[in-house]
Amino acid sequence: MNREEIIQAIKDIITTIAPDEDVSNLANDVRLREQIELDSMDFLDIVMELRKRYGVQVPEEDYKELATLDGCVTYLSPKLAGKTLKVGV
Amino acid sequence: MSLPRVVITGIGLTSPNGNSLAEFRANLLNKVSGVQQWEIRHVGRTLAGICNFEALRWQKRKELRRGTRAGSISIYCAGEALASAGIDVGTRDRSRIGVYVGTTEHGNVETENQIHEVSQYGFDLSFWSHHHNPRTVANNPAGETALAFGITGPAYCIGAACAAGNLGLIHGMQMLQLGEIDLALGGGVSESIHTFGIFASFRAQGALASHTDPTKASRPFDSARNGIVVSEGGCLYTLERLDDALKRGAKIYGEVVGHCVNSDAADFVLPLAERQNECMRGALAKAGLAPDDIDIVSSHATATPLGDQQECEALRAVFGDSANTRVNNTKSYIGHTMGAAGALELAGNLPSFDDGYVHPTINLDDLDPACEVRNLVANEPVRVGRVDHVLNLSFGMLGINSAVVIRRYRS
Repeated sequence: MNREEIIQAIKDIITTIAPDEDVSNLANDVRLREQIELDSMDFLDIVMELRKRYGVQVPEEDYKELATLDGCVTYLSPKLAGKTLKVGV
Repeated sequence: MSLPRVVITGIGLTSPNGNSLAEFRANLLNKVSGVQQWEIRHVGRTLAGICNFEALRWQKRKELRRGTRAGSISIYCAGEALASAGIDVGTRDRSRIGVYVGTTEHGNVETENQIHEVSQYGFDLSFWSHHHNPRTVANNPAGETALAFGITGPAYCIGAACAAGNLGLIHGMQMLQLGEIDLALGGGVSESIHTFGIFASFRAQGALASHTDPTKASRPFDSARNGIVVSEGGCLYTLERLDDALKRGAKIYGEVVGHCVNSDAADFVLPLAERQNECMRGALAKAGLAPDDIDIVSSHATATPLGDQQECEALRAVFGDSANTRVNNTKSYIGHTMGAAGALELAGNLPSFDDGYVHPTINLDDLDPACEVRNLVANEPVRVGRVDHVLNLSFGMLGINSAVVIRRYRS
């Protein structure tokens, strides 16, 4: 997956777990939790969806890397290399 | 000891045949069933009473996704009850509101779902959801309700098998009488149709109803009855001390004047007429009433061969000499709503205070001689004129019996 696809993958997961939120105007460089209502249980849902959809394991010490969409791209790029975007799962 | 009088001032419900008291009552008088075909994993095609309430009226989509079906049912019932009572919790001391939700069982649905989920991943428990514990704790539906409405008073569930709906109501009344709270939301809920285990267990017990026409499957007292239709549903009441209700000019649906809860101490599943008899008489004694003062007995009968017989034996013993007492049944329409049954079945009878009708038990084509009781209202509503007292019966596994008497309000 390229950068745009990774952002799309994260936004799609957020749409699933926080369906009341509008993800269309999220800034890439601002913490997600400052832009939309996401609590720690939601964050664990994001990690679970990455595991289920892409087989990506994110250890707890790395959760901080997923704070922003830019952070997600940096951290997930190597893990999602060669994987196919799945949306609307 | 003189205890404060407690009255019902609001009713919120969802039943397989109605999502408001008015709709539910109309369908009980018009003989409209709510039983449908239902399919669930491992069991396959079966029958169930399924609710179609508008969950998003009181919950956001995220809350709906995060919580349980029982929580959603409880929140809907609480919201509708508060609305019907004309109560805005924002204007109340929220620490003085109690939530008492009766449940038959809780947690099976989520546990089965999680086991199914991890089975898809070779039982790798890293796929086990972090939502499992908050969804399965025994206070879940009450806790979700407290969260949804910002209620900071006591909120918990009362596990009482299929007597639980009555127990939620009784407990709310008692907490008001003790002065622990100023407003109670009490009743019961059930999400049981979403657990395959309850169907499989009733089937193993030979107690799961089947019929080619789903609307005819639940047939208490009928010779051809063959078991229980499992249903979901919920009903919560707003309860207040009479003085508080009068002070705010509340509509009063009825006064809780008698109750009794006892135990068979005899068997895990089989009911016992003798203890049911004592339970009914206990509620009458508490209310200071004779059997003939009861206008309507809302029976518990679930359409199992033995259960209906035992209840009818108890009814004959208590009400055999009561020319005035009518007996009906709600499960014939909606199946067994488990933890909701007590509260929901009572609710469907409360409009009798206003309309003077007794709704019937339906699907009674061939009365089992062992289920003969005096004034059983079969298949057609009966207009009796004035109704002053309703006795609502709910019994459950492990031998729990409950009875509640509601009186038409008089000052």
